[in-house]
Amino acid sequence: MKKYWWKILSVTLILYTIVGGLLFDVPRLNIVNETIRALYFHVPMWFGMVVMFLVSTVYAALYLKNPIPKNDTYSISFAHVGLVLGMLGICTGMIWANYTWGSPWHGDPKQNGAAIALLIYFAYFILRGSVTNNEQKARLSAVYNIFAFTTMIPLIFIIPRMTSSMHPGSGGNPGFNMYDLDSKMRMVFYPAVIGWILLGTWIATLRIRIQLVEEKIEDYEDEQSR
Amino acid sequence: MKTLQLIIKESQLELRRKSVISGLALYLFSTVFIYYLTFSLRQNLINPFVWSALFWVTILFSAVNSISKSFIGEKRGQDIYFYSLTSPESIIISKLVYNFFLCLLLSFTGYGLFMIFINNPVVDHSIFACTIMLAAWGFSSSLTLLSSIAAKANNSSILMAVLSFPVVISILLLVIKITKNCIDGLESSVSYDEMVTLLAINCLVTAMSYLLFPYIWRS
Repeated sequence: MKKYWWKILSVTLILYTIVGGLLFDVPRLNIVNETIRALYFHVPMWFGMVVMFLVSTVYAALYLKNPIPKNDTYSISFAHVGLVLGMLGICTGMIWANYTWGSPWHGDPKQNGAAIALLIYFAYFILRGSVTNNEQKARLSAVYNIFAFTTMIPLIFIIPRMTSSMHPGSGGNPGFNMYDLDSKMRMVFYPAVIGWILLGTWIATLRIRIQLVEEKIEDYEDEQSR
Repeated sequence: MKTLQLIIKESQLELRRKSVISGLALYLFSTVFIYYLTFSLRQNLINPFVWSALFWVTILFSAVNSISKSFIGEKRGQDIYFYSLTSPESIIISKLVYNFFLCLLLSFTGYGLFMIFINNPVVDHSIFACTIMLAAWGFSSSLTLLSSIAAKANNSSILMAVLSFPVVISILLLVIKITKNCIDGLESSVSYDEMVTLLAINCLVTAMSYLLFPYIWRS
């Protein structure tokens, strides 16, 4: 119980988000209307992605400082989960945009920035795939990971704020704070953020454990064959 | 001191192998000439926006082509020789400075060629010159590190393109925005915000290259 309470918590929180996000009362606003519920799913996924990538970058930095394979395994697993959350975030955003803006891909600066950020991480996986030597792979991808994360920051957080965007929260559009003056939405939003981050961490730890076991099996087989 | 020597060595090497630099010049020239030929029937198709897009894409591609050679070109034993002679910091600084000047040369040559063959819609020349400098800095600092990564991994030419394009897009977007302002002839103060952001991104990328390069070099 001590060890896996947070897994139960993450499942409970996400179930609560799904039920609460679809059933609770939301503020009525022009154009947005019921689609405001996308906030419960779309924004927490982005938060989760940023957290996963941040953890991945931290482990990449740790690998450069202390090159043991474990740090590399952590880094790649968190990057994988971050990418999945990012793709889910972009899909939920497209569903929302389809009903609010009229088309799933509107060429909004935020959408383009998000797509480019995902491209950077796809390139990260291609880099990993194209190096055969394990140690070199880990080192090069750790360097690129840190580099990619630092270039992703202006792309997601700075440039969209400088250009006119139709995304809620920028360019004079009402943001999250204006939607819920009675802070009803926060009751679902914050649990959703925590829930998705915990779920992402859980999936990442599962991947890490599988990878570590596989490495152990490989080592064992190497010893056997000798 | 060692950095200076390395920069001198780079440029001497480049001048000695004239084929590389003349190849780059020809690359730039033929690209612009192809634009000229394909658009020659409809000169009016090139409105200022098309001009800035064509210009920066050309500069980007020639920058990627020239900088990707900065580590690939070196022979196998040369690495180890330099490794024993100098620190990785002085190597990355020398490469950064050298690539910056190469990018600058490419950009201004490209600008001249565009002026001759297509047209020159830019109104605000001083801001545009600053933009070219900032862009050259940004391209050189981000591409130098990536070319060193690509050189260590083996299928370099494809990998270089894959790694670099998403990374330089944020620089490219800002630069195109400033160029638009320059073409429209807006007050120069309008572009200051973008230029400061570009400067900040450049500093960030340069700092990251400086910090991260030793780890690549060591392997």
